[in-house]
Amino acid sequence: MENIIKVGMADLKSSRHPCNITTLGLGSCVGIALYDRVSKISGLAHIMLPSSSQAKNVTNVAKFADTAIEKLVEDMIKLGANKNTIVAKLAGGAQMFSFENPSEIMRIGERNVLASREKLKELNIPVISADTGGRHGRTIELHSIDGRLLIKTIGYGIKEI
Amino acid sequence: MAINIDDLSNLHLDVLREIGNIGAGNAVTALAKMLNKKVDMDVPKVKILEFKDVGEILGEAETLVVGILLSVSGDISGNMMFIIEYKSAHILVNMLMGKPIDNFDDFSELEISALKEIGNILASSYLSALSGLTGLRILPSIPDIAIDMAGAIISVPAIEFGKVGDTVLYIEAVFTEGNNKVRGDFFLVPDIESYETLLKALGVIS
Repeated sequence: MENIIKVGMADLKSSRHPCNITTLGLGSCVGIALYDRVSKISGLAHIMLPSSSQAKNVTNVAKFADTAIEKLVEDMIKLGANKNTIVAKLAGGAQMFSFENPSEIMRIGERNVLASREKLKELNIPVISADTGGRHGRTIELHSIDGRLLIKTIGYGIKEI
Repeated sequence: MAINIDDLSNLHLDVLREIGNIGAGNAVTALAKMLNKKVDMDVPKVKILEFKDVGEILGEAETLVVGILLSVSGDISGNMMFIIEYKSAHILVNMLMGKPIDNFDDFSELEISALKEIGNILASSYLSALSGLTGLRILPSIPDIAIDMAGAIISVPAIEFGKVGDTVLYIEAVFTEGNNKVRGDFFLVPDIESYETLLKALGVIS
């Protein structure tokens, strides 16, 4: 009976209540969970890169933090959400490997988190909680019943934010 | 000429398949030498996947895997990654260290070092095959290791691919020693400029 929606890498989905939206194995990617507290409309994006501005052509808006958030908000509004009551939770943005001289690729997780926060700020959507950084993968589940975000890891336990 | 891996022609794919074949073949020979055992290999497969499907490369996105990452420098620059299932990694280490093959205790520090060395040898022999084929100087860095969910590990090369296109290209190799099957995936992620250098050196583009 539960409506479980799976979001892949560089992918985004939204749905009316009731639903559980999940994305598995976030590494340096960031999961952006949006939730309208009134209508309970939920949305989740799994982004890979901070900004679409460096890309030559954007064929998949869900790949970049900026374009993905824009699209996800749009989709949720189409379903009946009110932008003023949408809140955000973030997870992911880990650094899976630690090279001695961290090059640009190694800090991509951090940049993904920053870019997500910036875009949300621009849209006046508050980030009410986050579980980002570290050196481990995360699986997340957004529950439309109350907007809680469940975070599962291997070796770092389960938590709710 | 800018290369976009999404519209690589069949010819390019054949070349990459051949590189994968020779590279993985070399890697398996090195592995057999290291283990002092006969190791057989299936024909490696070149695979191209969309991002939304890459988490499932080794089963589920949450499957526990071992990822070994090296950076590559010289005439080309980029990254190389070798991913194996946790169980396969155990089998390799058990074979190397003469432990019972069904020992699946957590890896000790020594076993982690052994795994890094296995990754090092596999990646280096893969790269030296590529170097021999192209005449390019290709140098691997010291390997780094991570043990976590497949999706999280694969996100590292996937993000690099994401900068140039919407798909991930990798080589799947399956090798067997006796009754033990080990499955591993090689990801070679050249920087966008290096892609061109590689294909030029192979005579695929001029």
